Amino acid sequence: MDNLFNIIFSTNFGYAVLRVTTPILFAALAALISDRAGVINISLEGTMLAAALTGVIFSAYTGSAWVGLLFAVIAGIFMSSILAYFSLYLKTDIILGGIALNLMASGGTVFVLYLVAHDKGISASLASKVLPQIELPLISKIPVIGPVLSNHNVMTYFSLIAVIVVYYFLYRTPLGLRIRAVGENPDAADSVGISVRQIQFVSLIASGILAGFGGAYMSMGYVSWFSRDMTAGRGFIALAAEAMGMATPIGTFLASLLFGFADALSNSLQSLRIPAEFVQMIPYITTIIGLAIYASRRTQRAGAKTVRKEVKA
Amino acid sequence: MQKSTLFEFLRTVIAVLIAIIMAFIIIFFISKQPIEAINRFLFGPISSFRHFGNVLEMVIPLIFTSLAVSVMFQAKQFNMGAEGSFFIGAVAAAAIGIKFKLPPVLHPLVAIAAGGIVGGAANFIPAFLKARWKASELVSSLMLNYIMFNLGIYFINYYLRDPYAGAMVSYTVNPTANLPQFVPRTRIHAGIFIAVLAVIVVYYFLYRTRWGFALRMTGINSKFADYSGINTNMVILYSQIIGGMIAGIGGATELLGMYQRFQWQSLPGYGFDGIIVAILARNNPLLIPVAAVFLAYMRIGADLMSRMTDVPSEMVSVIQAVMIMLIAAEAFLSYWRHKMVVREAKIDG
Repeated sequence: MDNLFNIIFSTNFGYAVLRVTTPILFAALAALISDRAGVINISLEGTMLAAALTGVIFSAYTGSAWVGLLFAVIAGIFMSSILAYFSLYLKTDIILGGIALNLMASGGTVFVLYLVAHDKGISASLASKVLPQIELPLISKIPVIGPVLSNHNVMTYFSLIAVIVVYYFLYRTPLGLRIRAVGENPDAADSVGISVRQIQFVSLIASGILAGFGGAYMSMGYVSWFSRDMTAGRGFIALAAEAMGMATPIGTFLASLLFGFADALSNSLQSLRIPAEFVQMIPYITTIIGLAIYASRRTQRAGAKTVRKEVKA
Repeated sequence: MQKSTLFEFLRTVIAVLIAIIMAFIIIFFISKQPIEAINRFLFGPISSFRHFGNVLEMVIPLIFTSLAVSVMFQAKQFNMGAEGSFFIGAVAAAAIGIKFKLPPVLHPLVAIAAGGIVGGAANFIPAFLKARWKASELVSSLMLNYIMFNLGIYFINYYLRDPYAGAMVSYTVNPTANLPQFVPRTRIHAGIFIAVLAVIVVYYFLYRTRWGFALRMTGINSKFADYSGINTNMVILYSQIIGGMIAGIGGATELLGMYQRFQWQSLPGYGFDGIIVAILARNNPLLIPVAAVFLAYMRIGADLMSRMTDVPSEMVSVIQAVMIMLIAAEAFLSYWRHKMVVREAKIDG
């Protein structure tokens, strides 16, 4: 038990939490933007995977991690436009479409990896690049806070900035207002001349961009390679984080941090004498518990509301 | 009614054709020996008796998982837990097969029943969370897959592992528990009869029983079902538990029919393949064997192609996605449906 506390209350652990929260946070913000427009993007897992591989390939061929990042984001846009086109224009059930995209990404990345790197597991033979780590001036000198906050991958800072950007975008821009209007009441939005389909398309694209960032981080920051199914359910954990965060940027950030904590715990506990299988379950169990707690509180509140309504009536 | 069935059939065929044409285009782009590759892909599985046997071997688990998925999808429960239930069902069957000594016939039946119970128990979790608190069964069942995988591996490693096997595998299952393989030169096993039986039972359940009716009505319109007195919460529960049971039975059958030991080191993927089959078959149990044969044929074809040529078998995953997207696209070819409806109306008038 002492060991456990030593692990959690160390600056290394604090650093690790931010490090593993990054992909979840990107994906959760991606889920948030599409959800606010009333479209569920469950293809985030596959989108991140596709972006991760694209980033590795392009950074290896151009020698620049930033070009890799650019193409990872383009891959994210590509994936989400497929989903948007099929679900909004061809009326594919968006959940089935998302499932299809996830399956496609899971196998398709291995397919492409084999063509490019002649390996079906890992991109080790590609000389891919890593996005830089950044030492924060001044903050890095502060004890405790410095080692936790400084020297992260640039994408980790991007993910934190993205929380603010998404907040600003949704609540302070005309497009954000339209997205929220469409999500809350598509018929009303339609009646004032907003094209629901167009707004939902745009929000899915934005969702793809954020998932693209998350994927790029996985293969060019979190680790320096692409491996088969490396996202390991983070795209789905993100859906839970977004739901727990009640579809608000700040709430989503806090929920992502919670799941990041579970993920970091699972990584650090591997040194303790607990069966590895149980340690690896931690993030997933936390997600289910988190989802259950969130859902139970939501239904209680809904229940209270209906009671109040009945009383009024 | 007849016409719309015909239309759905044509739509499926066209979607499949488009997907296969895409496969050809991909092959022509990446391969140095495209004709050979296409030849292997299309005709490999019927080139020898053994290879066609491989197709039927793969059909068995696919039938179980896709039946599981179709039961849940017919109730509009997007539960992805067939994968985890399949896996943990196989672990349970391995445990019974290794630890118990029972007479033949009874032994596999007990092991398969255990697989079903464990698979159903696994899916109880997302089902309960959905029924009680409306928690998304999609997310919780996906998380559950990872949990079931780790739990299964834990049991194999700590309780059933054969330390002298040289690899991370379980002890051998007692021969009394194995399902007999009855076609020489293939591994087609008695599980195929269980699969066929499962198709009939699930069909009967969905279309001829009160519970099945309630399940389908909930799927079509849960509010309407609610108003007409159907306990939709019960449907949410039992549709997913039954789905988990079928998947668990599938995992147990696969293990006892195909293997002597438990040796999976990762999720075998049949649960997700089951989703593809169920979508191809429009969640109709009677169409599932056809769709399962189709998918297995494509998989074995791709596998043979990748062994003989430079095209990796994962190509299939791309064309599968195209197929699912097009088949699930309501607006795909809807222009023709519209025309057909108009023509029919004119004739009637």
